[in-house]
Amino acid sequence: MTLTGTGRGVCPVPEREIMDYLDTKGRIFDIQRYSIHDGPGIRTIVFLKGCVLRCRWCCNPESQEFGIQTMKVQGKDKVIGRDVTVGEVLEIVEKDRPYYYRSGGGLTLSGGECLCQPEFSRDLLHAAKERGIHTAIESMACAPFEKIEMLLPYLDMYLMDIKHTNPAKHKEFTGSSNELMMENARKTALSGQTKLVIRVPVIPTFNDTVEEIKGIAGFASALPGVRKIHLLPYHRLGQDKYDGLGREYRMEGILPPSNEKMETLKKAVQAVCGLDCQIGG
Amino acid sequence: MFITTDIPKSSRITRLVDDLYAKMPEIESARAKLITESYKATEGMPVITRRAEAFAHILRHIPIIIRDEELIVGSSTLAPRGCQTFPEYSFQWLEDELDTVETRSADPFYISEETKKDLREVHKYWKGKTTSELATSYMAPEAIKAIDHNIFTPGNYFYNGVGHVTVKYEEVLAIGYEGIIAKAQAELDQCQVGDGDYARRSRFLQAVIKSCQAVIEYAQRYAQLADEMASQCSDPVRKEELYVIAQNCSRVPAKGASGFYEACQSFWFVQQLLQMESSGHSISPGRFDQYMYPYYKKDIENGNITREFAQELMDCIWVKMNDLNKVRDAASAEGFAGYSLFQNLIAGGQNKDGEDVTNDLSIMCIQASMHVHLPMPSLSVRVWNGSPHEFLIKAAELTRTGIGLPAYYNDEVIIPALQNRGIPLDEAREYNIIGCVEPQVPGKTDGWHDAAFFNMCRPLELVFANGMDKDELVGIPTGDVTEMTTFDEFYNAYKKQMEYCISLMVNADNAIDVAHAQRCPLPFLSSMVDDCIGRGKSVQEGGAVYNFTGPQGFGVANMADSLYAIRKLVYQDKKVTMEEYKEALIWNFGRGFDRQTITEMTVSILKEMQSKGRAVDQEAVSSILNVVMNMKPAPEKKVRYEEIHNMIEEVPKFGNDIPDVDYFARDVAYTYSRPLEKYKNPRGGQFQAGLYPVSANVPLGGQTGATPDGRYAHTPVADGVSPSAGKDVNGPTAAATSVSRLDHFICSNGTLFNQKFHPSALSGREGLEKFVALIRSYFDQKGMHMQFNVVSRETLLDAQEHPENYKHLVVRVAGYSALFTTLSRSLQDDIIRRTEQGF
Repeated sequence: MTLTGTGRGVCPVPEREIMDYLDTKGRIFDIQRYSIHDGPGIRTIVFLKGCVLRCRWCCNPESQEFGIQTMKVQGKDKVIGRDVTVGEVLEIVEKDRPYYYRSGGGLTLSGGECLCQPEFSRDLLHAAKERGIHTAIESMACAPFEKIEMLLPYLDMYLMDIKHTNPAKHKEFTGSSNELMMENARKTALSGQTKLVIRVPVIPTFNDTVEEIKGIAGFASALPGVRKIHLLPYHRLGQDKYDGLGREYRMEGILPPSNEKMETLKKAVQAVCGLDCQIGG
Repeated sequence: MFITTDIPKSSRITRLVDDLYAKMPEIESARAKLITESYKATEGMPVITRRAEAFAHILRHIPIIIRDEELIVGSSTLAPRGCQTFPEYSFQWLEDELDTVETRSADPFYISEETKKDLREVHKYWKGKTTSELATSYMAPEAIKAIDHNIFTPGNYFYNGVGHVTVKYEEVLAIGYEGIIAKAQAELDQCQVGDGDYARRSRFLQAVIKSCQAVIEYAQRYAQLADEMASQCSDPVRKEELYVIAQNCSRVPAKGASGFYEACQSFWFVQQLLQMESSGHSISPGRFDQYMYPYYKKDIENGNITREFAQELMDCIWVKMNDLNKVRDAASAEGFAGYSLFQNLIAGGQNKDGEDVTNDLSIMCIQASMHVHLPMPSLSVRVWNGSPHEFLIKAAELTRTGIGLPAYYNDEVIIPALQNRGIPLDEAREYNIIGCVEPQVPGKTDGWHDAAFFNMCRPLELVFANGMDKDELVGIPTGDVTEMTTFDEFYNAYKKQMEYCISLMVNADNAIDVAHAQRCPLPFLSSMVDDCIGRGKSVQEGGAVYNFTGPQGFGVANMADSLYAIRKLVYQDKKVTMEEYKEALIWNFGRGFDRQTITEMTVSILKEMQSKGRAVDQEAVSSILNVVMNMKPAPEKKVRYEEIHNMIEEVPKFGNDIPDVDYFARDVAYTYSRPLEKYKNPRGGQFQAGLYPVSANVPLGGQTGATPDGRYAHTPVADGVSPSAGKDVNGPTAAATSVSRLDHFICSNGTLFNQKFHPSALSGREGLEKFVALIRSYFDQKGMHMQFNVVSRETLLDAQEHPENYKHLVVRVAGYSALFTTLSRSLQDDIIRRTEQGF
C-alpha cells in the first residue's frame, strides 16, 4: 500500500482503489442515453463489443465480433468499436444524473455480452455504484460463474436472457448449448446478491409456442427470489445492419409476433407461475 | 385532495364536435356592417364613446343562434367555426385576398359572393381610419424598411387587435356586470367637472358602463331566443334544457352566478364577447380551475350537481372555444397555422401563499381535453416541486393521446422571472399563461406578448453584407467581414446589428401601440382589467397595473451553431477563410441558387437598370433571368463549398449536452434578450424578451438565406429554443439539458421547448412515470416550458398522403395544437423532420 496526497490533507487510501479501476480499458460500440426499456427509470446503456453467442435474430450483429469492424450505414463506412476507459464512460454516464435522480434510473451494460470483458464490466459497475448510480446488466450469463461473481457485489439488477429450455434447439439457433447459462441462473439467484429478472426474446420459429414459453416460465419461477419475467417480441430493426456487414440475415421473411400472440403467451406464463409478466422491457 | 378517476364522456359531446367540424369555416359580414353603420353615426364623438356605441350596436343587432344540443350558448357567427371581420384594424389584405382566401393552403375560409360584396362596400368607409394606417404613419422610415426586408415582423398587432390578456373572470362570476357597472358609476360620481382628467375619465367610465349594459342585453336576447325555442320544442328533454338556458341567460352575466352552471354560462359570455369587441387573439381563460372551483364545490356539497354533469358542462365550454375563429392574412396564417386562437387555460399550481391548489377541476380540465380532443383551449399545467404526482400522471395520459396537450410550465422558474420584473411574490404565484407560452399576472396585466417575430438570423446576414440587404442599407455598416481579424470583432459586429435592429423593432411596436390607444381603445375589456376603472383609462392607454411589450426572437439554435462554427473554423482552426465562408453562403454551400434567390436577384438587377433610366422590356427580363439561372460557381469552388459544409457538419452543435456549446448559446441568446430590456413602451412599461416562434420559423426561414451553421437557404430555422431539427443526436435528455443551459429567467415573455416522442415512450404506467420524471428533471435544471408531440412518423407521412383519413389528427405546433391536415405542406414536413425520440 502506498500513501497518496489529495490536496491539503494526506489520507491513507490504497492507491489502486482510487486510480486503477477508472483506467481499466474496454471495448464498446455505443452509449445510448435515455433508454427506458432496459431496467428501472431513465437509463444510460453502454453496449460492449463481443459475444460468445451467434443468435440468428440478433438485432445488434455488429456487437458479436470483439474486433473493430467497418459497417456500411446509409451508404457510408462506419467504424464499429472503440477502446475506452472506465473513467471516460463514467463521464458520459454522469451526464444524465438529474434524470436518474427523478426516475430511479441508472447505468445498464448491454452488448454483445458484458461477461466477455469481465474486468471492464466489474470496474465500470463498481465506479457507478460507488457514486450512487443504480447498476444493471443485460446479459446471457454464458460465461464461467466466476466471472459473474466478479460483478455481483456491484450489481443492483441482472436482466438475464433465457431463450430456451431445450439444449439442442438452443444450440441450433444461437450456436451454443444452454446448460451453462441455466446453471448460472440458478447460482446467481441463490447468491441473493442482485435482483434477478428473466427476459425471453420471443422469436417465431424458435420459441414462440405456448409450450416453449411455459417451459421457460416454469424454470424462471423455480429460481429463488425471481419475481419478474419480460417477454420481448422479436423485431426486425437490425436487419439492415446485416447488409451493412455483408452478412446474410437468416430470419428473412419472418414477421414479428402480433399483439394477440404476445397476449396469449403472457397468459400462458401466468397459467404456470405467479411471476409478474410484462410484454416488452 | 382531489379525485383522478375517469369520468365517462357524454354522447352529446361527440355530436357537438361532429357538427362543429362538418363544414369548412366561413367568413360572415354582420359585424363589419354593424360597426361601419355605428361609426358613420358617431363621427365627431370621443373615440372611447364611439367604441362603446359600436360594441353596443353590434350586440344589439348581430344575428344570434343556439346550436343543436348546446348547454352553454353564445355564438359569434351563424356558421359553426365562422368568423367576423374587424375592418377598424385593417382591411386591405382582406380586400386583396377575398378571392383567394377559400383556396389558400393555410387556414382557408369559405366566403360567399354576397359577403364579398358587403365587405367591399364597408371597406370604402375605412380607408385612412384604421389602426394599421395610423401606426404606419408613426413609424420611423428605417423601421418600415426593416419590416419590408423581413428583419422582423410586427404583423400581429399591426393588422389586428392585441388580445393577449386574462381578465378578472372571478369578478364577473362574483358580482356580474351589474356589479361592475356600479363600481364604474361610483367612480363616475366622484368625477368633478373641474378635474384635469375629467374629459378622459368621465367618457371612459361612461363607455365602460355602456359596454357592460350591452353585454347584459345581449344575454337577454339569448334568454328570449331560448324561451321561444323551448316553447316550440317537441322533445321534452330538450325543452327543459332550453328553459334552463333561458333562465341562466336572464340572470348571468348581469348578476353574480348562483351555481356552477350559471358560472359556466357567465364565463362563456365573457370569453366570447371579448373576441367580439376586438380581433385580438390569445384571450386566455387562465386559472379556470381556481375561479370556478368555489361554485363547483358548493354545488357538489349541496347535492345540486353531479360530477358527471359538471364535466359535461366543462366539455361544452371546451367545444365552444373551438367555435370561435379568426381570419388572418395569408402570410400570418402560415405563421399561426391551424385556425388557432391560443385561448390558454391553465390548471394546477400554487396560490398566493405558495400552497398547492390542484383540485377536482384541475383534473376535470385534463379530462375535458381528453373528451373533446380538439386544439382549443390551449391547455397548460403548472408544475412545481410540490405538484401532486397523480396530477402530472393524469396530464401525461393526455399527452399520450397525441393531441399535443397539455404544455408543462415550471413555477420554479416563472415565479422568480416575474419577480425580476417587479411583480410581488404573492402576485407572481398567481401567474397564468397567455397564448403560447407567455407568463403574466391575471386581471392586472397588458403584456403585449407576441409583439413581433424577430429573426435572429437576419442581423448575421447583415454582418456578412456590411449592413446591406438587396442593394439597400438596412442595418448599419459594420465593416468588411473579410477584414475582421478576431472572433470578438466579428461577434461585436453581430451584436451591433442586433442592437440596431432591435431598436427599429421597438420603434415599430411603439408606433402600433400608440395607434391602438388612439383608434381602438377597448372599454369592455378595460372593465375587467385592474386598475382601468380606478385610473379612468383604457388598457390601451396604460390602464393596467402591469404593462409590458414582449416581442419574441427566434433562431437561437441557428445563431449559436453559426457563431460557434465561425469561431472554430475561421478563427481557431483556420480551416476556412472568411472570404470563402462568405462565398459559400452566397452559393448556398454549392447547391447553387434556388428559385427564390433567382427571382430576388433578377428583380434587383431590373431595379438597378430602371434607376439608371434603361428600358426594361420583356426581352430584357428574360435575358437577365437566363443569365442569373445559368450562374454557377466554378467546379472547383463548388467542391470547396461542399467541403466547407461537411466541415460545418462536424462542428459540435447546440442540443447535445456539450457544455461549451450550450453556454455559448446562452450568450448568443443574450444578444437578443439583454438589449431589449432597456426599452420602454408608451403605456409606461418595459420590453421583455420571449424566445419562441409560434410556427413562424417555417415561413420566416423561407425569407432567410443560407446560414453559417450549414442551414441551406430558405429552409426553416430552428423552432423555439429547441435545437435545430435533426441536430440533436444524443436523445431527449441531452437536448433538454442543453436547452436548460439557456437563461430562461431573463426570458420572462416565455421560452418554448418542443420534444417529439413516439407513443411507445409513454406506454403503460411505467412509461408515464418515466415521462413525468423527464419533465421534472428538465425543470430541476431550470427549464421553463416543455411540450410534446406524441405521434409516429409513419402516421404523419400517411396523413400527408391521405389527409381525408386524418381530419381529426391534432399535433402540437410550437405554442399550440393544430389539426395536422390543415397545416401547409412545408410546416407538415418540418414537424416530420424533428428528431424522433423514444427508442
